[in-house]
Amino acid sequence: MGISRTSGVLVVGLVVALVIGGVISGFAADSPDGLERVAEDEGFDETAEDHAFGDLPVADYGIEAIDNDRLSVGIAGVLGVLVTFALGTGVFLLVRALGRSDGADDTDAPRHRSGDREPAP
Amino acid sequence: MHIPDGFFEPGMAAAGAVVAAGGVAVCVARSRDSLGERQVPLAGLTAAFIFAVQMVNFPVAAGTSGHLFGGVLAAVLVGPWTGALCIAVVLMVQALFADGGLTALGLNIIDIGLITALGGYVVFAGLRSILGRKEQAIVAASAIAAFVSVLLAAAVFSLQYAIGGAGGASAGTVAASMMGVHTLIGIGEAIITALTVGAVIASRPDLVYGMGGAERRAPEVAGTGAVA
Repeated sequence: MGISRTSGVLVVGLVVALVIGGVISGFAADSPDGLERVAEDEGFDETAEDHAFGDLPVADYGIEAIDNDRLSVGIAGVLGVLVTFALGTGVFLLVRALGRSDGADDTDAPRHRSGDREPAP
Repeated sequence: MHIPDGFFEPGMAAAGAVVAAGGVAVCVARSRDSLGERQVPLAGLTAAFIFAVQMVNFPVAAGTSGHLFGGVLAAVLVGPWTGALCIAVVLMVQALFADGGLTALGLNIIDIGLITALGGYVVFAGLRSILGRKEQAIVAASAIAAFVSVLLAAAVFSLQYAIGGAGGASAGTVAASMMGVHTLIGIGEAIITALTVGAVIASRPDLVYGMGGAERRAPEVAGTGAVA
């Protein structure tokens, strides 16, 4: 019952995230969200400045060169999911390394499997 | 849409950046000793999943949509400190897609990450102490905490806007409008959170931090597939 290995959980979870970001995103509601709507209604939306990255080809979750909206946002979604997973894992590797390099007591952290490398001095 | 640059006076945005940096530092300090080898990629997965779901806006009223914030979801899955960091990572990637300003990143991290994950987890833990730790109770506590977290975020935004918002909108009207629309968005947050937490509990309850048990006792043993 359930997925027994962590690697299995990761695969299933990533696939689900990729389907959501790559396919379901194309069917998202396109009306302005709560903040944007309030800003428009109350008149402070015009204070918004152009984004520094607004001219990048992926701005606003779309691939500039692709005409089909759903495909465009879907590819941006896949890209974003992969980048977030990579960046997130990297950040948490760093956070974990910070914890262990301080000589933190490892009794609360999980025991090492054999082959687990010691952090670099 | 997250807070774009320009919505807030530069001083307010800068203050937000300082507070967010401090908050993130606290989250790093509090999570660094509890991130086991297995939790690292799971936390990365949580961030990736929340990024994906945040792309799927749902309608809440005529001409208005909402999206998941994800703070309580992340906190219940990987713990409040790591969960808040997950949201921060999501926001940073989203800024690359021009969603959420750069000078406004601090304010976004506070409202969408720190307030929801940390504040929301306090609500979750309180509800859990009343409702118990059975699976349905955890799902219910997550849902209610998720709903409340969105209201908290909207309230904090309204306060920030009253103090340092640019543009001449009336702080009171902004607050009323933000609270109103986010009551609806909070319902969506509660539903998505309940469904996701429920699904993870159904397949791997040991991976849910909010279940508060086996996960922190012998996670490596469980991770190898052996019966804990």
